[in-house]
Formats: sequence, structure tokens, C-alpha cells
Amino acid sequence: MYEHDVVVVGAGGAGLRAAIAAQEAGADVAIVSKLHPVRSHTGAAEGGINAALRDADSWEDHAYDTMKGSDYLGDAPAVEALCKESPEEVIRLEHWGMPFSREDDGRVSQRPFGGLSFPRTTYAGAETGHQMLHTMYEQVVKRGVTVYDEWYVMDLAVTNEPDSADRTCHGVVAYDIQTGEVSGFRADNGVILATGGMGQVFDHTTNAVANTGDGVAMAYRAGVPMEDMEFIQFHPTTLPSTGVLISEGVRGEGGILYNAEGERFLFEHGYANNDGELASRDVVSRAELTEVNEGRGIEDEYVHLDMRHLGEERILDRLENILHLAEDFEGADGLEEPMPVKPGQHYAMGGIETNEHGETAVDGLYAAGECACASVHGANRLGGNALPELIVFGKRAGYHAAGRDLGKAEIPTGKSGNWEPADYEFETTVGETGGPGPAAADGGAVASDAEAVLGTAVERARDRVETLLERRGRNHAEIRSAVQETMTAHVNVFREEPGLEQALSDLREAREGYTDVAVSDPSRTFNTDLIHTMETRNILDIAEALTMGALARREFRGAHWRKERQERDDENWLKHTLVSWNGGEPELWYKPAILEGEARTYEPKVRSY
Amino acid sequence: MSTQIPKETEETEGSKADAEAGVPSKGDVRRAEKRRRAAEKREERRAEEAERAAAAEHTIELRVFRYDPDVEEKQEPRFDTYHVPFEKGMTVLDTLIYARDTYDSSLTFRHSCRQAVCGSDAMFVNGGQKLACKTQIVDLEEPIRIEPLPHADVRKDLVVDMEHFYDQMEAVEPYFQTDELPEGELEEQRQSRENREKVKMSTRCIWCGACMSSCNVAAGDNEYLGPAAINKAYRFAMDEREGEDVKQKRLEIIEQEHGVWRCQTQFSCTEVCPKDIPLTEHIQELKREAVKSNLKFW
Repeated sequence: MYEHDVVVVGAGGAGLRAAIAAQEAGADVAIVSKLHPVRSHTGAAEGGINAALRDADSWEDHAYDTMKGSDYLGDAPAVEALCKESPEEVIRLEHWGMPFSREDDGRVSQRPFGGLSFPRTTYAGAETGHQMLHTMYEQVVKRGVTVYDEWYVMDLAVTNEPDSADRTCHGVVAYDIQTGEVSGFRADNGVILATGGMGQVFDHTTNAVANTGDGVAMAYRAGVPMEDMEFIQFHPTTLPSTGVLISEGVRGEGGILYNAEGERFLFEHGYANNDGELASRDVVSRAELTEVNEGRGIEDEYVHLDMRHLGEERILDRLENILHLAEDFEGADGLEEPMPVKPGQHYAMGGIETNEHGETAVDGLYAAGECACASVHGANRLGGNALPELIVFGKRAGYHAAGRDLGKAEIPTGKSGNWEPADYEFETTVGETGGPGPAAADGGAVASDAEAVLGTAVERARDRVETLLERRGRNHAEIRSAVQETMTAHVNVFREEPGLEQALSDLREAREGYTDVAVSDPSRTFNTDLIHTMETRNILDIAEALTMGALARREFRGAHWRKERQERDDENWLKHTLVSWNGGEPELWYKPAILEGEARTYEPKVRSY
Repeated sequence: MSTQIPKETEETEGSKADAEAGVPSKGDVRRAEKRRRAAEKREERRAEEAERAAAAEHTIELRVFRYDPDVEEKQEPRFDTYHVPFEKGMTVLDTLIYARDTYDSSLTFRHSCRQAVCGSDAMFVNGGQKLACKTQIVDLEEPIRIEPLPHADVRKDLVVDMEHFYDQMEAVEPYFQTDELPEGELEEQRQSRENREKVKMSTRCIWCGACMSSCNVAAGDNEYLGPAAINKAYRFAMDEREGEDVKQKRLEIIEQEHGVWRCQTQFSCTEVCPKDIPLTEHIQELKREAVKSNLKFW
């Protein structure tokens, strides 16, 4: 068994920042990650970091843009924390040596991004995430933070009181991918989940193969509510064959979208008469798919993104990486021809419910970054708002876990504030189907002693590994692709009830299939068959919670569009969707969005661009 | 969470459905229908796959290195042959994923981002260090021979031990150091566009290890810092924000016995770098800087 004050799960932007903060606040901190830190998917972020750095800009304007972009489902205390602290965090990165793009006077460059009232997206070429990830890993090396890389965290060690609000997290159980050892990691002060996205729930995604939402699923099964899972961002410019991302920076610099008829459709077909290509991502994605559905797509599949008019010099200076990606992964030369693009899954606005300090409803358990939902993005995330979320909330969670006083949080977690039950009948039964890998806290005697809780969790994890290795059964790959296919077919940009019910029923079938899943590679050394099989269980749980939320929310808000009601319904739906695992019988409930901030009250307005 | 005590009988969905016995629900009927269709689809897919594999001109032949110290029949290294149906735009990584998911789930290789930024999947393809995700099948001769990176210990199949590479990276104090920061908390250090441009290529390194694996000197001298680590040192030494004193310290590190002077300018690292970093040039430039600074202090 390993023991530290704070254990951070995941080594991308949020995890690294959390570890640095926790150490700075005096904690003995360790990072446990299934990938070496520099392999994390933060490295694929391209566009930039929104921060109100200039005199003509203000954090209040950034907060206003973010609330509007969220379609008024962001929680103001979290949004304001993001916007207030992003400038100092960006400057801190610069002081750590991050190679930002520069202006003639030597200051860091900023550019326009969709949905922003000021060009406040601070960037390093079209490889901002790569530079940010490496800069923070350099700091982790400098500070000597312990990193357990290529350890797959299987589960949380959480006490099992009936009410999850009474539970405490004492650590995690992890599997050493190199050796097959299963070990407990005791965390005396707190566990911070920073496991990133869940794009592998879909089959056309900008996310990495490793983005299987492990932390989200673990927290869910341990009793932490999942918040606003139905809000998935589909990025309007991904390469059709692979899902590789083409940065919004291309449009920020002046790139133009055309349909098959050569029309600049965002204007010519009235999708966004003011902002055109720089409208919010959800608006542009729907516009593209509508063009394709109405027969104006190219090869019935995609549209064109043209940046040739920007000129070679500007492209090489600010978007060089885009040329390489388009060439290597689509065979298109961005200097000579328009690039084919279509919407692809990109980001999960929802995730583990937290307050603005990163605390979850379970004591000692934190979450930060894409896996968390504070919520700063509400129904739709603005481009350039993901990277500042990593550093602001990574830092906050790290400080808080290490014992630093951040004041009283204004966002309630769990059912500690106002909440209401949902009355929605799903046609399909949801939840546990048995099989290996049961939930963390799902019965048995209540253990409160940290050692005992951890010991039990380790035993259960060992049993699970043995069972999966020893028995014969189905390979997980087939189940995983069935989930990805149905999610992409039915829980995509355009959603309607029969499709969503179909998805839920397909997921049920996949869950049943998973009950006799098995690993055919018997090896204890680098058994990726085993890791992928365990990840697939996480994908199943997440896909189901996501689809439940999508069915229940019968309105059109931000990234979530419903055929049955194609307008925002503030009277009934100015509230967050929550799904609790509830011992294997998922429960759906709601809590109100918090629109009262320090700067102002964010009255919902019509969101047009 | 709930106040209910989980009942064992409710653990499986199957038993729940049984409990309501007799009349199959709407969902049951649809699921049964769905299962039937899925089985049909699977059958179709299998037939299609067989057909595709049979059409020889559309199939790629892979010969993949296999080894697992932990599994008896794999302790002796061998090559396995796979036939993978070709698709337009297919990369080496795509073929490996296909082979794993279709023929042998124990086939092991690192991969994550699929877009040449995580640096996980450098391997030895047809005798050269390549990033599998950005190597197009059409650019390769068949059969395609895929091996783990040379000059590193093989853990299993295509997975090598990266520890030595990481150790070398960390040996050059790979973090920004400066004597003076601007006073205002919200004030950035200034950096000229020219200087940022100068270090730009060096900051693109994704730690894939292709360069180190290709380097004859590194193969013979285990303590040689290697191209990636020296490039990391270059990235900081050339950054005007660090200041002269720090630069001096950095030059001392790369001038050590197993540092820049070991490089024999064979350009193999530069040739294999998937991010087109001019590694050899960077090493040469550091040699010149070291000479200049030694003369200055003489």
C-alpha cells in the first residue's frame, strides 16, 4: 500500500495543476495516471486560453460571455471564479516559461474566438494545449512530485453509508499496468479526480482512445451525482475520416465555411447573421449538419473550411499545426485548397458534480477539469474556456484538498440545497446488471476505518481482475463499438425521443452482453486487453446516464436539441439534471441553476450570434 | 445515494425482468427483435470480412513482433502475420487496432491521441522509426514489418521500457529558470517574436523516443544524453527570458562527458523526428555556444 496526503488521479492539465497547488500548500502529493503525463490529451488542445488580460477587457465581460454561451445553465459563482482567476493563472504559466505566441511589443498574443466580446484567447500557435501540458509537467519534475505513471485506477475507496452525503473517500485502488500488481493508495487529505473527457462514448470524436471517462464513472458508482451529462459539445470542424480537430483558431483568424454550392451558409442561410463563422460552436455544428441534411453538403457528408485567403505568412505564423494535421490525416493542403470538416464529439460539459472549490458530495473526494461539472460551461462551452478551467479549478481543488481555506462555497452539492425529484418513466430498465466490477459502495458492512475501507476495495479489485482473466466469455471490443455506434446514431447533434429510447435499449443490451465479458490475454505484463475491458464498463455507465438526461430534458438549450420542443424553456428547465447511481438503480433529479453572481444577476436573454 | 439496502436478487436485470414474468414487456419484445437483428448483422459482417480478406489485392500483410515474458508460448520472440483489409487513408496504427480487435486481443502497443501529439506510438516500421498514427500504409512496402523501437528493452510486443529515455530528459533540468520576473503579478515577461520563433521547433518535442532509438551513439553509450534531452536543453538555453547566468549553467550541463560532443552528426535523429525538429542543427548550435562561452571565460 502507498500513502500520501493527496492523491491526484490523472496527469493532464487539471491533474498537474492540482498536484502543484497541493504541494505548494504543504501536502505530500502523488499523481496516479494510466498514461505518462506528457501523453495526456490536454496536449491535443489547439486554440487557446481565455483570460481578460488587457485594460480594455474585464473579467466581468468574460463572465457575461460565458454565461450567455452556457445558455444560462452555468452556475455564476463558478463562472466568476473562472473569469477572475484565469488572468493570474495565464501569467503564471508565462512565468513558468510557456512559449506563448507574441506581439511586436513582446507581450503574449490574443485572438478572437467564437462567442467572445473581446479577443481574449491567449495562445501558443495552434498547439496551446501541448505547450501548456509540457510546461506544467516541467514544473512537476522541478518540484519532485511523485508520479505513478501507467497505473490504472480501478476504483475509489469510499465508505458505504446508505446516504452518499455521509460517505468519505480514503483513497483509490490502482492496477500497475507494467506488473499486474493491484495496490491501495491511501489519501489522508483527499483524492482529486482529473481524468478528463469521455469521448470514447461516441465513435466520431476528437478525444483520445484513453478518454473513457474513468473518473466520472468511478465517482458515479461511489454515489456522487453526475450533473448535466446530456450536454455534449460537437465541435464544428473535425476532419471527416478520423475526427482529428481543426482548431476554432482557423475561424478566429478569419477562416470561412462554405457548402457544396459555394455559399457562405452561416450568413446566406441565416444561421448567424451577425457573427457568422464565429457564432458559438453548437450553432455552427447544427448549421453544418442542416446543410448536409438538406443536400448542400459535399459528398453528402461535410462542408469546406477555407483559410487560403489568410495568406501563407499568417497561416505559418499562427496556424502551422493545422497544415500538418490536414495533410497527415486528411491529405488536404490547407494552403492550396479548402479543408473538409464536419461536427464531431469534442467535449463533455457535464460530469462529476462539484462546487467552485472542486469538492463533491462525498467528503474527501474532489474533481477538476473536463471530468468535473462545477458548472462553468452549462449547456455549451465557449472555445478557449476549457484550458482556463483546468488551471483555475485544478489549483482550487489542490489547495482545498491540502487544507487551505478558500472560504465558504456558494454552490451546494448533492441534495444539500434545493432539489426536486424527476418524474420520468424510461421504457427501458436502467442501471446495474450484475457481472464483474460492481460499484464501490454497494452494500456490505459499513466500514469507517480508512485501512479497512481501502483493504476491502483492494480485495474487490483483485477479485475483479482474477475473474476477468480466468473466465471465458465475450471480448469487450464488440460491446464498446455497439455503444459508440448507437450513441453516434441517436444521441448526436439532433435528438428525438424514439432514437433516444432506442439508444437506451441498445445500451441495455450492451450491458447484458458485458455481464459475460472476459479477457483472453492471460498476461500480467502490460495487459491492455484487461484495461480496455474495464474501461468499457465505464463507457457503459456514462453512456446510460447521458442518454437518461437527454431523454428527460425536453427542450432545446445550448448543445442539447430536441425535436419535440425546439426552443429553450426557461420556465421549466432553468435547472441542472442530476443522475445518482443509487446502488445500481439510477435516480434522476434536478437542482436550480445559480444565476446570481457577484458582478450581476445573469438574466436569461435570447442567445443569438 | 439511496436509503435502500441493495438486494442481491436485484443485481441482474435478467432476474428483474423474470420477476415480472409471463407477459413480455414492450421493451423485451423490442430487445429480442434487436438481438435477432444484431446477430444477423454480425453474421453479415463476418461474411463481409471474410470476403474482403479473400480479395487479396485489398488486403495488407503485417508481420508483427510478438513477445511476452509472462506467457509461456510467447517467451520466445516471434513474428505473427495478419491480413488486414485496406481502407483509404489507413495508417499503421489503424491496421494494428484492426488486427487486435479482430484477431488477437493480446496484441499490445501504446497509443492514445491518434494525431501525433501524445507521442505514445513510435515503433520500428519496415526498418525505420515511425509514429504509427501518422504513417500511411500507401507509403510502405508490403509485407509491413512492425517491431518495437530498437535500443530499448522490450516489455511486451511493441511496448518498450521508456524509463531510460525519461531519465535522460530529466537530467538536463528540463524546466524554465529565471532570475527575475516582472514585479506586477499580472505582468508577463517580454519575449521578442524572433526569439519565440527561434525556440519554436524545439518546443514541439512529444517525447516519442524515435530519435534516441535511431542514434548510434546513444546505442553505444548508455549515458549519452541523446538528441531529445539535448533539444530540451536547447529550448531553454536559447530562450532569452532565462538570462545569461542560467544559460551558462545549461551549457555546462550539455558540455559534460556524455553531452553534445558525443554527437557525430549522422542526422539519423533529424531524419526520423515525426515533428520535423532539426535536432542535429540544435546540437551543433549548442556546441558552438559552448565554445563561444568557454572562450569568453578563458
